[in-house]
Amino acid sequence: MPVNVKVPTPLRKFTAGSETVSGNGATVGALIEDLEKRHAGIRERICDEQGRVRRFVNLYLNGEDIRFLQQLDTKVKDGDEISIVPAIAGGAA
Amino acid sequence: MTIRGAAIVGVGGLGAPAAAALAASGVTALTLIDDDLVEISNLPRQPLYDVGDVGTPKAEAAARRLRARHPALRVESVRARVDAGNADALLAGHTVILDGTDGLPSKSMLNDAALALGIPLVHAGAVGLDGQLFTILPGRTACLRCLFPELPGEDDLPTCQQSGILGPVVGAIGLAAASEARRILAGAAPELANRLAILDGTHVRWRVVGLRPNPHCPACDAGRAAT
Repeated sequence: MPVNVKVPTPLRKFTAGSETVSGNGATVGALIEDLEKRHAGIRERICDEQGRVRRFVNLYLNGEDIRFLQQLDTKVKDGDEISIVPAIAGGAA
Repeated sequence: MTIRGAAIVGVGGLGAPAAAALAASGVTALTLIDDDLVEISNLPRQPLYDVGDVGTPKAEAAARRLRARHPALRVESVRARVDAGNADALLAGHTVILDGTDGLPSKSMLNDAALALGIPLVHAGAVGLDGQLFTILPGRTACLRCLFPELPGEDDLPTCQQSGILGPVVGAIGLAAASEARRILAGAAPELANRLAILDGTHVRWRVVGLRPNPHCPACDAGRAAT
């Protein structure tokens, strides 16, 4: 059973509109590489040129911010859920 | 001492429905702060305004409407843009601040001001079909800059101008923010301290992820030093 990834609306153009996709990998970083193979273009929306998670995106493993775990080296297992959560800054319009 | 109740910063897509809900829920005092004028394009999302308000300051038009609906409510309107220079004067003394602003720079400034003043802040944001909110209890729970320590570049995040904004989505976030503010005004614990609520408006689904204070957060450090 692979890892489930919750995809925010702005990134669903890479997943054919799917809000949840599957991926594999032993760590969060490996999972993102696998997502890129399945959904080309999604990695650069999550990570910067140095391979770090972008500063306006947070990743949650089963509801826990990976910055407080082992960041991209955080281990994942089958059945886990990763949520990609970008900052949302609008609201006055 | 006058109790100033809730300060709503930005009386637009988030702030207008929040103000209407708080007023209807029986709060006694609101301060509405906004420097914008009502535009015709606001009317589908901002329920305190109608065609006759177009061209008038939002804070004043919203206050006028709320006073008419709720004569016992004390409403103060302030036509101003909150910035680091005036935040203390405009926000001090309130029990809670509700963020109805646009853009992470404004939201981060408001976050820092709330921390410095020691006033709970309900952070909220919406764009396109997505929204999120959580409540910040200064010195006790995660703040906005615990989540996003640095500001993104201008092109890093979609804006309402690029992605649009749907009235029911931004309205739902505004109402949820009002619910949090109402709990704080009533002396109850907020539901969304250290919990980020995310609304996926495409599928009308809410999710919650856990937050925790970042021990290296510069804003929390500054807030602790100021209070």
